[in-house]
Amino acid sequence: MLLIPCPYCGMERPELEFRNGGEAHISRPLDPSAVSDADWAEYLYFRSNPKGVMAERWRHVSGCGRFFNVLRDTVSDKFLAVYRAGEPRPPIGAEGSSA
Amino acid sequence: MPDAAVALRSPLERLALPAGDRFALAETPPAARFVFRGGEAARAACSAAFGAELPARLGLGGERERRAALWLGPDEWLLIAEGADSASLGAEIEAALVSAPHSLVDVSHRQIGLLVSGPVAARALSAGCPLDLHLSAFPVGMATRTIFDKAEIALWRRGATAFHVEVWRSFAPYLVAALAEAARGAPEG
Ligand SMILES: [Zn+2]
Repeated sequence: MLLIPCPYCGMERPELEFRNGGEAHISRPLDPSAVSDADWAEYLYFRSNPKGVMAERWRHVSGCGRFFNVLRDTVSDKFLAVYRAGEPRPPIGAEGSSA
Repeated sequence: MPDAAVALRSPLERLALPAGDRFALAETPPAARFVFRGGEAARAACSAAFGAELPARLGLGGERERRAALWLGPDEWLLIAEGADSASLGAEIEAALVSAPHSLVDVSHRQIGLLVSGPVAARALSAGCPLDLHLSAFPVGMATRTIFDKAEIALWRRGATAFHVEVWRSFAPYLVAALAEAARGAPEG
């Protein structure tokens, strides 16, 4: 089973306790009424869906219950880094991508 | 708040629970239960008022006399007070926390406790719980929220071969049946 390190529990836990929460670091426009339809649609519906390293939100729903962020390689399914909600994305880029 | 006029009924009352040397299931005594949430100041004040230390991080449950505080999340705990009246205990805790922002929710009637014991207890739990339950990974006293198949549970190790499982009432008959079935085929050790 895939083990995911939870930054709040401080240990690796089985993936069955987690839910994926979609792409990370997407912020809601502060004033939605000032945003064009195209930009609003961009915020609501469009995600990067990369082949390689992706920043994602995960929730340890059947554990500590908390949301946190990870860098996951979508090719290998490897978790390259985990970090707490609100922390900046760690500097891991294309070099983390592997086949 | 639970209605005192409603008689307490176990969701397991018509079920035959396994009771042997290899494997036994028993419902734990009635208890007042709360989910408590708050910051560090609230944690300290609640520990003092409740009588058992609310652990600051994942690990061993805090226990004193018949009260236990299990870490569920960074600002979330499950409080279990065996034999206590939830209304008066809740009022006592609230009184000690007037200056500390917090949330205290009475969940006494939401879930029950199940004592899972015997040499195949860990094996039976492992049929549905993906955690590593070896003593070196999950020592005596450790407590956490986790899952058993599709049922969310809180798991608290009471001894090398004994576990306290907190499960929501409506999932309890399912959990009992699944554990009993798993224990039938489980090798010891
Ligand atoms: Zn966690």
